[in-house]
Amino acid sequence: MSKYRMHLLVCGGTGCKASDSDGIISNLEKHIKEHGLENEVQVVTTGCFGFCEKGPIVKVHPDNVFYIEVKPEDAEEIVKEHLVKGRVVNRLLYVEPTLQERVGQHKDMAFYKKQIRIALRNCGFISPEDINEYISVEGYQALGKVLTEMSPEEVIELVKKSGLRGRGGGGFPTGIKWEAARKTASEDKYIICNADEGDPGAFMDRSILEGDPHSVLEAMAIAGYATGAKEGFIYIRAEYPLAIHRLQIAITQAREFGLLGKDILGTGFDFDLDIRYGAGAFVCGEETALIHSIEGDRGEPTNKPPFPAQSGLWKKPTSVNNVETFANIPPIILKGAEWFSAIGTEKSKGTKVFALAGKVNNVGLVEVPMGITLREIIFDIGGGIKDDRKFKSVQTGGPSGGCLTEENLDTPIDYETLASIGSMMGSGGMIVMDEDDCMVNVAKFYLEFTVDESCGKCTPCRVGNKRLHEILTRITEGKGTMKDLEVLKELGEAIKDTALCGLGQTSPNPVLSTMKYFWDEYVEHVKDKKCRAGVCTSLLSYYIIAEKCIGCTACARVCPVKCIKGEVKKPHEIDQSKCIKCGACYTACKFKAIEKR
Amino acid sequence: MKKVCTNKLTDEKFKALDEFIDKLSYKDGALITVLHKAQEIFGYLPVEVQLHVAQKLDMPAAKVNGVVTFYSYFSETPKGEHVISVCLGTACFVRGAENIIKEFEKRLSIKPGQTTADGKFSIDALRCVGACGLAPVVMVDGKVYGRVKVEDVDAILKNYI
Repeated sequence: MSKYRMHLLVCGGTGCKASDSDGIISNLEKHIKEHGLENEVQVVTTGCFGFCEKGPIVKVHPDNVFYIEVKPEDAEEIVKEHLVKGRVVNRLLYVEPTLQERVGQHKDMAFYKKQIRIALRNCGFISPEDINEYISVEGYQALGKVLTEMSPEEVIELVKKSGLRGRGGGGFPTGIKWEAARKTASEDKYIICNADEGDPGAFMDRSILEGDPHSVLEAMAIAGYATGAKEGFIYIRAEYPLAIHRLQIAITQAREFGLLGKDILGTGFDFDLDIRYGAGAFVCGEETALIHSIEGDRGEPTNKPPFPAQSGLWKKPTSVNNVETFANIPPIILKGAEWFSAIGTEKSKGTKVFALAGKVNNVGLVEVPMGITLREIIFDIGGGIKDDRKFKSVQTGGPSGGCLTEENLDTPIDYETLASIGSMMGSGGMIVMDEDDCMVNVAKFYLEFTVDESCGKCTPCRVGNKRLHEILTRITEGKGTMKDLEVLKELGEAIKDTALCGLGQTSPNPVLSTMKYFWDEYVEHVKDKKCRAGVCTSLLSYYIIAEKCIGCTACARVCPVKCIKGEVKKPHEIDQSKCIKCGACYTACKFKAIEKR
Repeated sequence: MKKVCTNKLTDEKFKALDEFIDKLSYKDGALITVLHKAQEIFGYLPVEVQLHVAQKLDMPAAKVNGVVTFYSYFSETPKGEHVISVCLGTACFVRGAENIIKEFEKRLSIKPGQTTADGKFSIDALRCVGACGLAPVVMVDGKVYGRVKVEDVDAILKNYI
């Protein structure tokens, strides 16, 4: 293998690819060749750097210089200036908003300063399509150590001691799950990796599979050794073509290297795995439903017990773990339980990856120690609210989670604290909202999702959520009553207590938490028929501000019901009795002369 | 010639599907894998294809239909020549995706899940493509358009007319 003096790491995650990072790569390679540097500088397509807001990202290694929002046409300048002359291309550096200064070094950026990257350790650093790169960063050493130096019981003990808990939502201790599968006697056992990331707004599992697929394969083999399973399945959404592609490459390479298959590393241990595709059903993130889906059936959940560890896939003992959970395993094995459990809070150890999105300046993937506050994530790492608007709420845990407010910002977050304030860790979606978001409408949005995704097996979820959604729709249309609010609460509690699986048991959370923290807004919708965020169109009226209107007639021409009257070059007026509130005039006006109230 | 001919059920397509099924190393739980392949080949899963799969895998047609209708990824109706997928994940939602999808519905006079009469466009609502940094996101035939505004809808459609 040839040695390069420099590596250009270009993000090849879904987000950056969408902004043509492939074009950047081919241009970089072209210009590197033109300057005869192809034996000195290598371009590497990596996984996600996490800083998706400013993508596509190009990082120069070992200079540690971090270029943002790179376009294919910038490639020439990077090669000519940075690679040939050794001068950093200043205009492509990140400007730290608080300092108004350009920051060259990736480690000096506020976005990265408070992060500890364990699960994401290799994302944005190695090429996910080359097993040699993974091996060069201690890859498969943990598997080697486990197979040659440790008994399965010792592995389980180590994982238990580390305090690692399931990162997919439930937070069940991983070591105990493995132990239960180990203790159930059976000839056949299975390991399943749950990559059915269904939370609309969470993309950490996909980023790990796209950026570091081997860490998951290695961890699954370790889990196989610990539990006694010889076969594994990765259940992944069909909507993730890039992750699937990279997984297929990784599996083929691991087999070629003898790290999957028969007699791994000559130790007599056999383990192999296969990919199974999901087909767009949120409920399949629930482990029993997922198992039925792998069996080729409708993905409906079943009652627990029996737990999958006793009777799972094809009625055999099965351990189902999430992608991020697996990604934590190799470092835990290599660095020890004490190292891992020193990070985090008393009951929640290690780090958690959050997909920070919504009205925040730095959208992206962040990995932070448990116990960090929401304020640190949103304002320090996330760079605060977009366009200097006022923070209103943050939603964690996706459709199963809740909306939190300003007063929760300083709570150190872990599994327990989030649950106690009416939300949950979930898979780690974190959506920031500002004063332009209507909380009733947000609750309605999540309920719409749940109604869509309910498998229909149990009545509380199938019928109850539909009723919740109907009531919320009524309220947003200005037809709600105070009685409706009582019913919302009562029905929500009832669904939580009676639904069959995790989906139904948590689906009322967005409603209940917004009612708890934003009660005034609900009452305003019902009593005053007002939506303070200006989102619920039925509760709004459009007005023309006479001082700003120049009489261009643009609004009158687009109005479908012809309710805007006025002479050319004179202020117009909307006939409220005829207005259907379609908003066409609002969009058409170029002078901001129309307002919603 | 009608445009829908891309979705025609030809013998070659059935043959390709049969070859795929015969090559599978496992039959237990293969139904979903087979349906994925069938949809890839035919573009959608009409009754004829579902019956064929049922026979080939030796299972009741009701079971095949039960699975097809359970999962949103499987479609029993043909898709348009260009599939417009509007992301309605939470990140896109709070950045205004609702208005974007409404604009597409208005322009094309169809609802999500439907196809225009000329077979040219379909609209799909989809949950999170994971490009939340670019929210709101619209995907047309796999090409991603980021930070879409209502005003951009016309320009996007023009690329495909």
